[in-house]
Amino acid sequence: MTRFLLPAGVFALLVAVLFIGIQRAPEKTVIPSALIGKSAPAFTLPVLGSDQQFYADSLRGRWYVLNVWGTWCPECRNEHDTLLEIARSRALPVVGLNWKDDDSAALDWLEQLGNPYDVVAVDREGRVAIDWGVYGAPETFLVDATGTVVYRHVGPLNLQIWSREFLGRLPRASAGGGL
Amino acid sequence: MIAEIGHYALILALLASLAQAFFGLIGAARNHDSWVATVRPAVTVQFLMTSLALAVLVVAFVQNDFSVEYVAANSNSALPVGYRIAAVWGAHEGSLLLWAWILVAWTFAVAALSKRLPAGFAARVLGVLGLVSLGFHAFTLFTSNPFLRLDPAAPDGRDLNPLLQDPALAAHPPMLYAGYVGFAVAFAFACAAMLEGRLDQTWARWTRPWTTVAWAFLSIGIALGSWWAYYELGWGGYWFWDPVENASFMPWLVGTALIHSLAVTEKRGLFKSWTLLLAILAFSLSLLGTFLVRSGVLVSVHSFAADPTRGMFILAFLVIVIGGALTLYAWRAPLLRSEAGFEFTARESFLLFNNILLVVAAGAVFAGTMAPLISDALGLGTLSVGRQYFDPVFLLPTLPLLALAAVGIHSSWKKGRLGERRKAILLTLVVGVLVAVVLVLGAWEGAMLLTPIGFALGIWLMLSALVDPIDRWRRGLSLSRGVVGMAIAHAALGLFTISITAVESYTRERDLALAVGETGQVGEFEYRLRDLRAVEGPNYDALRGEIVVYENGREIGLLHPEKRNYWVQRQVMTEAGIDMQLTRDIFAALGEDLGAGRWSVRAQVRPLINYVWLAAFLMALGGVIAATDRRYRQESAG
Amino acid sequence: MIVLMLLAMLLMVMPRAQAIDPVELEDPGLQERYRDLSHELRCMQCQNQSIADSPVGLAGDLRREVRELLLAGKTDAEIRTHMRERYGDFILFRPQFSTRNAWLWLTPLLLLLIGLIAALRVVRQRAALAPTDNSLSDETSGDSGSSGRSAS
Repeated sequence: MTRFLLPAGVFALLVAVLFIGIQRAPEKTVIPSALIGKSAPAFTLPVLGSDQQFYADSLRGRWYVLNVWGTWCPECRNEHDTLLEIARSRALPVVGLNWKDDDSAALDWLEQLGNPYDVVAVDREGRVAIDWGVYGAPETFLVDATGTVVYRHVGPLNLQIWSREFLGRLPRASAGGGL
Repeated sequence: MIAEIGHYALILALLASLAQAFFGLIGAARNHDSWVATVRPAVTVQFLMTSLALAVLVVAFVQNDFSVEYVAANSNSALPVGYRIAAVWGAHEGSLLLWAWILVAWTFAVAALSKRLPAGFAARVLGVLGLVSLGFHAFTLFTSNPFLRLDPAAPDGRDLNPLLQDPALAAHPPMLYAGYVGFAVAFAFACAAMLEGRLDQTWARWTRPWTTVAWAFLSIGIALGSWWAYYELGWGGYWFWDPVENASFMPWLVGTALIHSLAVTEKRGLFKSWTLLLAILAFSLSLLGTFLVRSGVLVSVHSFAADPTRGMFILAFLVIVIGGALTLYAWRAPLLRSEAGFEFTARESFLLFNNILLVVAAGAVFAGTMAPLISDALGLGTLSVGRQYFDPVFLLPTLPLLALAAVGIHSSWKKGRLGERRKAILLTLVVGVLVAVVLVLGAWEGAMLLTPIGFALGIWLMLSALVDPIDRWRRGLSLSRGVVGMAIAHAALGLFTISITAVESYTRERDLALAVGETGQVGEFEYRLRDLRAVEGPNYDALRGEIVVYENGREIGLLHPEKRNYWVQRQVMTEAGIDMQLTRDIFAALGEDLGAGRWSVRAQVRPLINYVWLAAFLMALGGVIAATDRRYRQESAG
Repeated sequence: MIVLMLLAMLLMVMPRAQAIDPVELEDPGLQERYRDLSHELRCMQCQNQSIADSPVGLAGDLRREVRELLLAGKTDAEIRTHMRERYGDFILFRPQFSTRNAWLWLTPLLLLLIGLIAALRVVRQRAALAPTDNSLSDETSGDSGSSGRSAS
């Protein structure tokens, strides 16, 4: 008699597992950054549209935001207006990391849509992105004045996320302004 | 305006399915003839309304009605008309409507072709089907409505995912669903039997053709998906043990066990509770597959847009339908004992082991597919399962299964009488082994330990399947469709084994970096990139390569792989260049621009690969032939 | 016998990469380590595939990283750590046979064992019933009603 109940029993177990699985599904797609609490990786990269080099350690001493983007990335287009708004608010310096892109396409994009970045570093080969643990654009990092990575957001930014996750982590007396 | 008609039609369909379920199940239980009589009309109404809803959606796509959000998300004015129709089932909402329509179509067919079933029983079958429809219509209307409007209407659509702009993949969901969903019929028959508290050989005779045809559709659907992956994804692979693939393969394995178990129940009245359980299991796996693909619990290379709310809805539905059926099973199955006996080498015995092995195979695939989910849910960390797991655990039950099939096919009911067939069994085995050895020694390098085993099993099975029909034919006996279908299907399984063995043993593959004019060596073959130029298609522009392939200096193939850039979705697709020859495919796919005028190219020569899919189609054909056997079409009951 | 079979099956399993990767390191030892490591690291973008199998750009970049680290003389362990420092534990892909995964590998074997034992019991039961079973005259092989007798 009991063996006929076995299938139902196994099914109940399965349902329990699936139930837990659904609860955790939203978390699943976002991988936490391995860099949180660690030093932001140093790098030197060319500046978009110029002969100059950008040295990441020039940012030390202040909080800043690093935004990873590319013209090939549709979600980057979606967050662009938010970035412009953030730039306009002059809350924090916004450094752009142009990831695996084409320089002229990137320049056209910024010209047509507006440039929210204080500076854009070009990571044509993607090595720096790997050092930052980037796996899908757009990604935005928050780095504090000591050069420690505080937060990473994966996916397009909007103003709610910006104020809650980024501004919310700033110390009271945060200096505004660009570079 | 038209879209609203679709929406209302769906609501009416929901109501009709509610009536169908209610009057069917309660009417049969209470013996209300008038209620039972309303079931078939309810089915007709449901069929008409669901068809209307689907038709409306098709029209919306064909007419480029971008005020409908789903159309705007999945189509585009530059999309060729054929693909605009295929786009109907290109994403979650529309494919769900297709699922529902196919369920209703099966229901309609059952209603139409089951006039000779006892009214109460038929009402229960249709009632259960109505319950399932109810769930799907509700799910569609409340969480996945394809008729939602976009205000203001989009100027143009976001285009169909280029991956789906392909004939094989356009046909793949309808075929697959026709199979998946067709198991609902067996499920409904099983539930009706459990509700009535009786299950006999007549029941098996009714259930069997429906199940076999569903199984045939599923076979074709899976084969189409595999073939598509091979030429469209650009890497020359054809099976990845991806969760979505596994989601359709598990019902197939259990479905195969089911049709064999039905044979025993039909013939000898045995394995009744086992057949019931398999019928429940097959459809449960279909539903589970639907769940896995749409709920976001599994990370897959290609799953639908994940949404936990939808996941919860489907889970609730699963609990009601499957939990209900399994509870019924626990209640009724103990009543179904029969006292018939059979010998150790009887056909029943072989089929029992056949079913065990198939279910073990399905269980192994299930474990591997669910493992990441289970591991995560239990807090055991992340786990990823690939072919290093699936290949060996699948082969473990499958190799003995093939051998059993080769012998068991000669076995008689009840008494086995293998001794009488000893000569045929041994002869076919010896031929199989000899040919296998010859092939391995004479053919290319690359044979592994499993190569001669695979060849021997495949050839043995193929020959074994043909022994009986040829014997009957020579003796002037009539060949029923049942016999012919069975022979074709099992011979096809043998062909499948031979082909897969050849593909997995002797594929020549290499990734090359070529500029125009350069040549790369791939085993015995040479690939030369002769030309590379830009071309334009209806909604894409592409880079088209011309590759000449040589074998020992002689030109044996000319290939035109493309790298397509679809404008609207801004997605880059690889169209492999394939030269389909009698015994092999010559394959090339463009990879990426390596700079300095060089491109990476995947070069493959795949022996016998098309026979893999041909075998699958032949298996399906065998099934359909067997399902149309005279005894299923007899008008007299019992 | 079973062990031989299992071994045979393991031999058949050759992880074949799906990403198109024409790069080959000159040193065969390094090349082999490169292939193996590529199958061990997850493509963080197509999260169900290794970087050997994933065709996306990130996978190619990660493979390049592995190659460069190999050429720089790093050990396999150092390379794995390098990746984990950047992407976390999630980047390691391999379902090795550890205690955590043992249940995964044992499940099919267990199922098979249980299934075979159950089937043998049933068959033995039915074989005992067979001589007393007069329900059917002997049927010829072939599962059909074509022999002229009534289908059951």
